[in-house]
Amino acid sequence: MNEILVLTEHLNGEFRDITFEMLTKARSLADAGGGKVAAVLFGSGVGDLAEKLTLLADEVLVSDHGSFANYNSAVYQPVLAEVVKSRGSSLVMIGHTAFGVDLAPSLAVALEVPLATDVIDVKHDGGAFTAMRQIYGGKINEEVGFGGAAQVMVTVRAAAFPPEEASREGSVVELGVDVPEEPALRRFVEYVEAAIGDVDITKSEVVIAVGRGIREEENMAMIEELAELLGGVVACSRPIVDAGWLPKDRQVGSSGKTVKPKLYVAVGVSGQFQHVSGMKSAETIVAINKDPKAPIFSAAHYGIVGDLFKVLPVLKEKIGELRA
Amino acid sequence: MNIVVCVKRVPETAEADLKIASDRKAIDEEGLAFQINESDNYALEQALLIKEDLGGEVTVLTAGPEASEEVLRMSMAKGADTAVRLADDAFADGDAVATAQALAASIKEMEYDLVLTGCMASDDGATAVGVALAELLGVPHATYVVEMEIADGKAVVGRELEGGLVEKLDMKLPAVVTIQTGINEPRYASIMGIARASKREITLKSASDLGLAAAVVGAEGSRTQILGLDYPPVGEGAEILEGTPAEASGKLAQVLKEKGFA
Repeated sequence: MNEILVLTEHLNGEFRDITFEMLTKARSLADAGGGKVAAVLFGSGVGDLAEKLTLLADEVLVSDHGSFANYNSAVYQPVLAEVVKSRGSSLVMIGHTAFGVDLAPSLAVALEVPLATDVIDVKHDGGAFTAMRQIYGGKINEEVGFGGAAQVMVTVRAAAFPPEEASREGSVVELGVDVPEEPALRRFVEYVEAAIGDVDITKSEVVIAVGRGIREEENMAMIEELAELLGGVVACSRPIVDAGWLPKDRQVGSSGKTVKPKLYVAVGVSGQFQHVSGMKSAETIVAINKDPKAPIFSAAHYGIVGDLFKVLPVLKEKIGELRA
Repeated sequence: MNIVVCVKRVPETAEADLKIASDRKAIDEEGLAFQINESDNYALEQALLIKEDLGGEVTVLTAGPEASEEVLRMSMAKGADTAVRLADDAFADGDAVATAQALAASIKEMEYDLVLTGCMASDDGATAVGVALAELLGVPHATYVVEMEIADGKAVVGRELEGGLVEKLDMKLPAVVTIQTGINEPRYASIMGIARASKREITLKSASDLGLAAAVVGAEGSRTQILGLDYPPVGEGAEILEGTPAEASGKLAQVLKEKGFA
């Protein structure tokens, strides 16, 4: 193993968690395999940020340029390709985030290196990397090989690797690379914050979340009733927003809200990682789902395997009886 | 405005009990229902909306076995004008980049202004074909698009980032845009449309038709390989409250009461 190169991700002057998660994994792979860790930091006016990575990385490779003021894969791609090529990095790690997904496949094509996306683990055995990823919405694990390629690339799922402290004394290195102007073919315009609705699901101590299993809009009333009974608010997973049954500000998950209520009841939610990442810190999590293998049961503390249309009515009765 | 929509036929697995096939390289497809990949369906709808607004033709394109023609026919029933299937065993079992190679070779033969596809396939979850395709075509791209307008040879799009933040950007056409679910309300095909589409011709293209060597597409052309599938390890997981719905609900009500919620 030569070098593991990690593309850092930051927004509004702060590294995103994925940066430390990837560096932690890179550190452990490099320590075991006799390699080094290089963190790549592209940005505009980001000099102060580099020092925050020197405990984890052997080198922090910085390119500070106005073209990096906002993330644009059309600017990142040619520069990063040049860096990876010239350094001969063995493994390139990029976040499986909205930014990373927009960049990694084109970089892999340009460099002609194998790419495994959304990986939850990376191993290095007998001189070759392998990666573990999930398919079919988290129901099956898939182990991926790279055909013994000298350079490989992965995009890493958020929260797959818990960040750890390290005590390297890495150096900060200015990259002497040419950075292009933002191309006219693709230009950043602006960031638009999500609108704020009438209910803030992050403020409620009890959240009842509904997913695809509810099937029809008219069945949403069952969820409203349970929420009312338990003094909570109704939230949901993505398919419910896509269907237009609840507004976007009720969506829990990576592209929606992160909630940490005392009680989270997931009804008919399969529990894909995008959803789980937004609710896994709830104090008590209850899942009701008819598929015993639904990933939501791994995140939950209590589960009922059953048809929600049979469970919910009788659950309301039982709660009523206990109160009587 | 000529639009190519790349679509994929996938099994419906959200509520299915999946079994791994004996070679451990794929799942056992027996008994599963198949349909158009969800985000591809939104991409198709977006193409049809743009066509209704600006005119032009919509071509649906897939790389897959004969069975995937049902997805192409359904797309034509909704309003797509032509359909192309990349039909060659050489295309089978390709990774995202190898699949993009085949799609790119086919699209290069067409006159197009815009390529739309879903942001992610629900089966392999690669989230990579669209961006790889753009790179191979040498055109700009945007992913996870939840807002889209076409004007003056440009696509102005909103990308969905984490936490509900939307990144707006503009791109010169032609471009590849990967569509996120929820951007529109996909229509249903009419009975008449389905009847008409059943008689329509689907253009078939082999690797040699596209001037592609087998070594750059399909399993042979893939730089990654599936080593094996497995069921995710069962972690700590939930304490399952057993019994009939009434018994399980009774236990849950008790738990909720003990914790002060009921």
